[in-house]
Amino acid sequence: MSCQTTAQAAELPKVNESGAGEKNPKVVAFLCNWCSYAGADKAGASQLPVPQELSVIRVMCSGRLEPTLILEAIQKGADGVMVLACHPGDCHYKEGNLRAFCRAELLERMLPQLGVDPRRFSFDYVSAAEAEKFSRITTEFVERVRSLG
Amino acid sequence: MTAQKPKLAMYWAASCGGCEIALANIHEAILEVDAHFDFMFCPCLLDTKKKDIEALPDGAIFLTLFNGALRTEENLEMARLLRRKSQLLVAFGSCAATGGIPSLANQHGIEHVLETAFLNAPGLDNPERLIPGESCTVPDGELSLPPFLQRVLALHDAVAADYSMPGCPPEPEQILAVVRHVASGAPLPPTGSLLGCSARAVCDECPREKRNRLAPRLLRPFEAVPADDWCLLEQGFACLGTSTRGGCQALCPATAMPCTGCYGPLDRDSDPGATALSTLAAALDPGSAPGQDEGSLHAGLRAALAGVPDPLGTFYRYTLAETVLADRATEVEP
Repeated sequence: MSCQTTAQAAELPKVNESGAGEKNPKVVAFLCNWCSYAGADKAGASQLPVPQELSVIRVMCSGRLEPTLILEAIQKGADGVMVLACHPGDCHYKEGNLRAFCRAELLERMLPQLGVDPRRFSFDYVSAAEAEKFSRITTEFVERVRSLG
Repeated sequence: MTAQKPKLAMYWAASCGGCEIALANIHEAILEVDAHFDFMFCPCLLDTKKKDIEALPDGAIFLTLFNGALRTEENLEMARLLRRKSQLLVAFGSCAATGGIPSLANQHGIEHVLETAFLNAPGLDNPERLIPGESCTVPDGELSLPPFLQRVLALHDAVAADYSMPGCPPEPEQILAVVRHVASGAPLPPTGSLLGCSARAVCDECPREKRNRLAPRLLRPFEAVPADDWCLLEQGFACLGTSTRGGCQALCPATAMPCTGCYGPLDRDSDPGATALSTLAAALDPGSAPGQDEGSLHAGLRAALAGVPDPLGTFYRYTLAETVLADRATEVEP
């Protein structure tokens, strides 16, 4: 931890330079145990940039994720929520990711009805090998959420 | 003559009157109610006034069945008054228990609600574009209307309710069972319990057969005629029986009308709409991915989910006041 402190401290001004007093967004990412979490792990091992605003929660399957948890994350102050699943056909439980897609699709349509900007929610697929994709989409998502204020 | 009988009150706040009709639907058993209780306050049926309630000592009413959500300051005032005057305050019906239909207005700001109701709704004739204000001067003096609350509340959001009795409306048989139980003097369940409903899902009471199949796609009611005796959900109709508390004897699904969830969520700890969404999505056959590219797979699943065009209206029909996001400031208008 101590060896990272200098690097993080050096990067801090960069995060805040776009606007004085702008708060850093909080993003919760629910990652499936079998693919996306392994992908995130690989991104870390490969020293790819992963936004510090990301709080990762590992779940056994994206299909296990109750939509209540997504709404509660938003209610408790998350500025954005990501759900990352195995690619279609790769689910450890065969179809959990497709069930997650169905829930995500309905939820995404319901969020604006609840007064929440649907851009605060993202569902995507990250395989265990896609460290680069994990790094890219999490960075993009954090920027998107930051732009929403 | 009636002095010894415990007092029974029924009040309507933001309500349609259906709960009172449900009470009247116990038919001749209303005499039983009269035998056990001094039914002394019910603006729909009796002429007792608010000042008569104010004149009572605190706790003078034994049982108050409070129906309707809290939309205005007046509703709130009556909820507080009746809480003070009642030993047992029951949130009676979906609106008092979980916000009900009136709380669907919470998806919009008050201005939008008023403009829709008085200016934009089809069939309105309001050339002067008048919207009722909180006060109005007429030759006889000043008239006032109670202001709106910022959002529609369930009863327990404002005052402590001892029990909830869900249903839109609660079924007459259940009302009678509850009234008889209270009248018998038998011990009451712990405070906070639900009365007059089942601990199991509507499906448990539904006569339709489950065939352990997943629906190929979700259907809107006009899109198909449901097969007799077969689970509506398995046929693709957006029936919320799986996530809704029973107690209604599955009246709607038994007559081929998908359950809309009026007895409230089975799981009281989760977000009601999110739970309903989750269980309905689980009834859909997600298919198998191999051989399909992501785009066509997504398009297929989106088409299969098109049978729910209004997710909020479907999943929170009676419960929007209870969403975990209720306090969150709106950032987009639907």
